[in-house]
Amino acid sequence: MTEYQTNAPTDADTAQDTVWEQEVAFIDAVPRWIAMTFVFVVFIGTWQLVTSFGLVSPIILPTPMETLKDMIFVGQNLLTGGYMLVSLWITIQEVIYGFALAIAIGFSLGVLVGETAFGEKAVMPYLVAIDTMPKVAFAPLFVAWLGFGIESKVALAAFIATFPIVVGTAAGLHAADENARMLFKTMGASRMQTLIKMKLPTGLPQIFTGLKIGAVGVMAGAITGEFLGGGKGFGELIRVAASQLNTPRVFSLILYLSVVGLVLYLLVQWTQRRVVFWQKESVGSYDG
Amino acid sequence: MNTATAHDYSGAPLGAPVYELTQVSKTYARNSVVALENVSLTLRKGSFTSVIGSSGCGKSTLLKIMAGLIPPTKGRVILQNQPVKGPRRDIGMMFQQATLFPWKTAVENIVLPIEIRDGKAAAKKAMDKAHELLEIVGLKGFENVYPNELSGGMAQRASICRMLITEPAVLLLDEPFSALDELSRDMMNMELQRICREQDATAFLVTHSIQEAVILSDDIVVMKPRPGRIAEVVTVDLPRPRTLDMMTTPKFGEIVDHIRGMLDKGEDM
Repeated sequence: MTEYQTNAPTDADTAQDTVWEQEVAFIDAVPRWIAMTFVFVVFIGTWQLVTSFGLVSPIILPTPMETLKDMIFVGQNLLTGGYMLVSLWITIQEVIYGFALAIAIGFSLGVLVGETAFGEKAVMPYLVAIDTMPKVAFAPLFVAWLGFGIESKVALAAFIATFPIVVGTAAGLHAADENARMLFKTMGASRMQTLIKMKLPTGLPQIFTGLKIGAVGVMAGAITGEFLGGGKGFGELIRVAASQLNTPRVFSLILYLSVVGLVLYLLVQWTQRRVVFWQKESVGSYDG
Repeated sequence: MNTATAHDYSGAPLGAPVYELTQVSKTYARNSVVALENVSLTLRKGSFTSVIGSSGCGKSTLLKIMAGLIPPTKGRVILQNQPVKGPRRDIGMMFQQATLFPWKTAVENIVLPIEIRDGKAAAKKAMDKAHELLEIVGLKGFENVYPNELSGGMAQRASICRMLITEPAVLLLDEPFSALDELSRDMMNMELQRICREQDATAFLVTHSIQEAVILSDDIVVMKPRPGRIAEVVTVDLPRPRTLDMMTTPKFGEIVDHIRGMLDKGEDM
């Protein structure tokens, strides 16, 4: 014992508390909003530099200031109930109807495919085949069938959004583990009871993942439908602005449109947090 | 099979046969594998029986047949004088995972078997009983807690309650505590013994742990694979109630060694 003590480095060293500085990565110490602001400033700064040095023609890329001015103009038009609000409302309706339709069809098909052997064997291959097709290519067909009104846009929006919901629902129904299935069997549960009381609630996280991907797809579908099938929606405003080389307008319209998409996405996420209250939060992912 | 000397938890001779398997065989048609061959077994009222064996010895097949989840190819499976032809409410089952549903509170999970069999109204009536059971397993105060907030051991306690709520005649336990750490596992085994004594339950445990089998059981069914069959039924005549201290006694060690020897002997076990 005394050996050790005499061999110790110095008495002073061993007598003190063993406290030392642990390195902390700089980014860990920075709040999220500051990091985000930083990226925003760099982005706008680069944009400003590129335009003010004349590297890109103003027709191709307007300055941030021009874009901001146009955003204010469009914002005023929207707030005062101008023609742009009428267009936006048309697009919002397409999105709502399209999403509702996609949920109804996607959920039903998902249950068919996820729950029945027939659906899995006979229907799923066709769904996979259709899903691999470029779905926007169907837009002219929808216009031919349903005309230039909102119906053809609703159809395309729903068409695009349906598949992720099918896949999410089917995957969700397969999410229950062997123990849960066995437990329900030993309790003598009917197929319907097993579906409603166990498989569906277990699969809700996956179903909501499908809904979120669908919510993004439904916006894309509605706007693509307007690009290709005319009408009076927001997509048409974008198309017209682009054909007039009014790039600031295109930018600001896109930004307002993305607000609609974001609201829809957040609505789904908010519902998910309410319904799937037991699910752990994971930030910034589809299955969040 | 020498079960005549076995005694129940209170030390009295064992009761009437509750569960009887006679010459049960199971061949899986798909790959014509003989999973189980001529298994005969009697569980008496208030007894604790364990089955142990390497993987592939057919113990999970045996458990599934006893639970009414799959039919045997041959033989008789009789529980309380009624052939088992499907899941029954007098069979309680517990798995390796607690399998509590996260959208239901502890009590709601416990009355789930009642809800499934008799509907929501009956489940509501069973709430009082669920509260009593929670108290028995030491979870008083956790009635309205969601499973996410329960530890592994607490979750398994709750799943014991779920198994007991229908007052089953036999408890089928499929490695119920093997997912827990060793300390919790020992504790839960003692809890299980206590609960079985209080309920005068007839229990059938599938396990991989020789120690666990010995400390809990009156009879240990040692199985051999290919085809799955009973090698020997070992009677454990340690006194009841068992305590963890008994694990250090020579007698305990002898029984463990005997079983281990049997499991090692097999060609490719």
